[in-house]
Amino acid sequence: MAKMMYREAIRNTIFQEMQRDERVVVLGEDVAGGMGTAGGPEAIGGIWSTSTGFYDAFGPNRVIDTPISESAIMGAAGGLALAGKRPVAEIMFADFIGVCMDQLWNQIAKFRYMFGGKSVCPAVIRMPVGAGYNAAAQHSQMISQFVTGMPGIKVVMPTTPEDACGLLRQAIRDDDPVVFLEHKFLYAMSGEVNDDPDFCIPFGHARLARAGQDVTIVASGMMVRYAETAADDLAQDGIGCDVIDLRTTSPLDEEAILDSVEVTGRLVVVDEAPPRCSLATDISALVAQKAFASLKAPIEMVTPPHTPVPFARELESAYLPSPAKVAAAVRKTLEYR
Amino acid sequence: MQLNREALTRAYRQMKLIREFEERLHEEIQTGEIAGFTHLYSGQEAVAVGVCEHLTERDKIVSTHRGHGHCLAKGCDLEGMMKEIWGSQEGLCNGKGGSMHIADIDKGMMGANGIVGAGAPIAVGAAISNKIDGPDENGKLAVSIAFSGDGACNQGTTFEAMNLAVVTKAPAIFVFENNHYSEHTGVDYAVGTANDIASRAEAFGMKVWRADGTDFFAVYDTFREVLEYVRTPGNGPAAVEFDTERFFGHFEGDPQRYRGDGELDRLRAERDCLKIFRASVTGAKLLEDVDLDTIDTESLKAIENAVQASRAAPRPQPENVLDNVYISY
Ligand SMILES: Cc1ncc(C[n+]2csc(CCOP(=O)(O)OP(=O)(O)O)c2C)c(N)n1
Ligand SMILES: [Mg+2]
Repeated sequence: MAKMMYREAIRNTIFQEMQRDERVVVLGEDVAGGMGTAGGPEAIGGIWSTSTGFYDAFGPNRVIDTPISESAIMGAAGGLALAGKRPVAEIMFADFIGVCMDQLWNQIAKFRYMFGGKSVCPAVIRMPVGAGYNAAAQHSQMISQFVTGMPGIKVVMPTTPEDACGLLRQAIRDDDPVVFLEHKFLYAMSGEVNDDPDFCIPFGHARLARAGQDVTIVASGMMVRYAETAADDLAQDGIGCDVIDLRTTSPLDEEAILDSVEVTGRLVVVDEAPPRCSLATDISALVAQKAFASLKAPIEMVTPPHTPVPFARELESAYLPSPAKVAAAVRKTLEYR
Repeated sequence: MQLNREALTRAYRQMKLIREFEERLHEEIQTGEIAGFTHLYSGQEAVAVGVCEHLTERDKIVSTHRGHGHCLAKGCDLEGMMKEIWGSQEGLCNGKGGSMHIADIDKGMMGANGIVGAGAPIAVGAAISNKIDGPDENGKLAVSIAFSGDGACNQGTTFEAMNLAVVTKAPAIFVFENNHYSEHTGVDYAVGTANDIASRAEAFGMKVWRADGTDFFAVYDTFREVLEYVRTPGNGPAAVEFDTERFFGHFEGDPQRYRGDGELDRLRAERDCLKIFRASVTGAKLLEDVDLDTIDTESLKAIENAVQASRAAPRPQPENVLDNVYISY
């Protein structure tokens, strides 16, 4: 075990996979940084410090610093993957996926199925998601709802450094395209990480972050942290919560959710995406469909409103879920008669 | 055409206001009072002002993430902008947008933009609208301008916009501000037509111009020609590339490890559009140093007032999150 930050877990895992497998290549804007400048390559090492030292170690063939061209980055990741490489592409902010949606949605996601299973597309597309930095409407969004809704794509949302490591290694070794959503707020969080160089976490297996009998809270990414804080606070009042960290939203660990709700009879879903057609609604529908008889109270969803992400501090905090909002939702399910 | 005293004074004041606006923000951001990402325009003032001094309110501009200069030059209210950056309810966008999303449609300022390369297609749409509206009584079209950086010129959206403008003969003007960097990357690396963006526009079938963007007069005179051409019905779009410099980091907080030794000092000494302007107008005895000094003092005062007003301005309330949407959930 080794203690490290979430961003270090990501950086180290890619680095190790590049050492282990020559087919692994990295591409994205400023992934080296400083190209064509007096400071020279590696003047930045990735704006999120998730590719520091890569250029020096692996050179320009395998560390491709791209111009600002998201469609070309996404498409090239698809092409590299079809041609037998294992690209790990970075979209600097998840919001910029808007620029290159076609290459993901109509191309990468569909190759395997559309070509009758005659190809694989082992591309990993990493991108930071989420609000909390007052970065406003085009640099703060959660996009899990779009990518989770796309057949053909696996979607990962790690919460802990250890999960970031194990899930990212799995993503790189996986033959299907994976969208890997890293919450900006988690980058600086530290935790113990399994340092076995083959440590992988299989997709589709949720993690039980807190155990309790009264209410089930389902969350992913940063929202798990809020759910944990809420659960710890509620525990002081004798309220026990299961906190289910989905880890991957596609494939979805339906069993973990249903098993828990069968015990608790109460469900709170926490999601950073707007409230319509999202993970929150998806999981609510799943439970309403498959665990209806277990429910003792209406399902509660803790989400932002159906608006873009606002800029001002006061507005952004009103917009975002929080531990207090999660706790209030838990109490509401318990108060239902 | 020689500018008269009034026009020269105005141009200098506009540039100086932008400069002091940005220098002050640079200070204020370090105190942590201002939230979010801020990209400062210091060093590039002659471009925004040399372009916008020619425009009327019918003409439209679309800006970038580095938009404060374009906004001020196009007539956005200084205090409204400052309040927006402060996140106040009285900001130009009620604190919803912040630095990267300042807009004032009535002034023909159709928005700064957080998405690199997003502006050019929007400007072409507005230019097609200008074409539909037709020429004014003098036979001239209103124009729409897309400001883009050297980095933005690598986006497919920018390419598509240029071609669409050419085939529709839309009165659009692509203003490329080549400040040699896109974030931490040098233009020589990222732009395949090394350090030459105008030639790309030319390849799309447009007439192009190039000028030194640190020389207000070069920008101003060049842009007059560009405008004359694009305002004439039937000619279609044009592009102009200005060679310019950015004096701060890409964003506030950028450690700028990509800069060469002494680079910023050299740029501030040799490539400062305000110093170049001052030397040129005082040298030609068009304005005196005292005139310019007075403007300097007034500009600082205006910025100080805007900052004080922003600090005191009312904050948005939680319920304002649901303003400007058509639903209540
Ligand atoms: C679609 C998209 N990709 C990447 C970014 C991140 N980003 C913001 S500004 C910038 C550099 C832009 O360079 P340039 O166009 O030269 O403008 P300058 O910053 O020099 O004014 C980048 C990469 C973004 N905001 N949007
Ligand atoms: Mg630039």
